[in-house]
Amino acid sequence: MPEPLERRAVISGAAQSDIGRRLYRTGIDLTVEAALRAIDDAGLTTADIDGVSTYPGFGGSFGGAMGAELHEALRLSLNWRSSGVETAGPLGAVHNAILAVATGVARHVLVFRTVVEGSGGPLRPGTGGGGGGGTSGSAGPFQFMIPYGAASAACWVACYARRHMHDYGTTRTQLGAIAVNGRANAAANPKAIYTDPMTIDDYLAVRMVSEPLCLYDCDVPCDGSTAVVVSHRDYAPDVPAGAVGVNAIGTAIRGRPSWDQFDDLTSMMMRHTAASMWERTELSVDDVDTAQLYDGFSWLTLAWIEAMGFCGKGESGAFVEGGINIGPDGAVPLNTSGGQLSAGRLHGFGHLHEAVMQLRGTANIGVDDCEVVAVGAGGGPETGSLLLTKGPS
Amino acid sequence: MSDGPPRFVLASPESDFYWRSGADGRLRIQRCGDCGRWIHPPGPVCPFCHSRRISPEPVAGTGTVATYTVNHKEWIPGFTPPYVFAFVELDEDPTVRIGTNIVGCEIDEVEIGMRVEVLFEESGEWHVPLFRPIQEGP
Ligand SMILES: [Zn+2]
Repeated sequence: MPEPLERRAVISGAAQSDIGRRLYRTGIDLTVEAALRAIDDAGLTTADIDGVSTYPGFGGSFGGAMGAELHEALRLSLNWRSSGVETAGPLGAVHNAILAVATGVARHVLVFRTVVEGSGGPLRPGTGGGGGGGTSGSAGPFQFMIPYGAASAACWVACYARRHMHDYGTTRTQLGAIAVNGRANAAANPKAIYTDPMTIDDYLAVRMVSEPLCLYDCDVPCDGSTAVVVSHRDYAPDVPAGAVGVNAIGTAIRGRPSWDQFDDLTSMMMRHTAASMWERTELSVDDVDTAQLYDGFSWLTLAWIEAMGFCGKGESGAFVEGGINIGPDGAVPLNTSGGQLSAGRLHGFGHLHEAVMQLRGTANIGVDDCEVVAVGAGGGPETGSLLLTKGPS
Repeated sequence: MSDGPPRFVLASPESDFYWRSGADGRLRIQRCGDCGRWIHPPGPVCPFCHSRRISPEPVAGTGTVATYTVNHKEWIPGFTPPYVFAFVELDEDPTVRIGTNIVGCEIDEVEIGMRVEVLFEESGEWHVPLFRPIQEGP
């Protein structure tokens, strides 16, 4: 296999703004805070940053801030800037930065994802978000769901979860293990939103949202920004906190790009995304020391666990039941900073940040001898992944 | 006019027929006049043979519940919980999956594999396809 181009890139810096349920600060304010911390963490100054990449590239509560806003706020001088929502999920912004660095278009790219969905208000008619819905929507694919009151991704994910339970015998107690694991790990994360202990009985007792998903199966909207710096690997020896290598990117969109017309109602696009990642590496799922897998809804994490290959198709319920396999001392420590269910809906970038902390050995709940981390983010037809290593790959 | 929930239909030029089809009581799906495949959501060209000889064609309006959710949250004001959102796979081609509400039965009677048939709810200029359990004759 010729060396995958992405290995020319490393993550040199990573940081977050303050994060809270409602901070009542603007998206660009939070973005600047995260960006300056990440640039400092990378041992760089704003003068070194010659690229900016973000998802989705618009403002509002879901969009947070535009790349141009950061460009202007820090008076950056850029060789390359990119944003967009038609990526392999939110990590598409990282993929784009990696490719820009690998091709030499830019040398140090600041990547950010900002949300102000806590103080910006919950999903309400006409606002979009939540996977692209909203009642005004567009004449696109959501026109076939909105007239039926299915305005949230919760409704669509619930349909997959139901079919997974029907076909494979997955139970709510098994699904609940994702939420309980996240809550236990969040207790060690000072930026987490919810840290009160939660038992499986608490989970089973809480109110339903869209059956079989209950309140604790849905992540919590929050305000916050995460930024990373993607640099060329020849900068790696100078990274003060330790460079994180990019071993492989997962970007494939091989099925129909649709929530309702995808060919299999028990998996989603991450099945193709993860497959494409493994096609680009000599590493295997057995090499992964911890997994940071998207939990915008708990069932999406089950889908990611199967897609990555930590267990077979349909076996994720049994794999996570009781939480032993996915706990800090388990076979695959999962969402070690609490995930989105308890630490807030940072849209995949909380998972990315935690992966960097694990590989540097600075995570709040550290995994011993962590050398390889799998990160997967997104659901439905919008999914992307990264395989990251301690030091350049 | 219906006193049902607000049906926020926003049709595209390609899908306009879908939301009007029920005016004569028939559900229609776009079909290719050359290769015969069903196409949903409707598009500008047959995705299988690239023919432009595509047009709405009536279907029986019967199918099977592929999966569903019972919503306990009023995701859109006017949709009073609990209500069922489902994907129905049509008999003519189970890869044609229709998002819909299941009505005409108790909520806890809905299940995967349930046989259902279309009915329409008039909402302004639209006829919104809903599904109910097939009424089995004696
Ligand atoms: Zn055709």
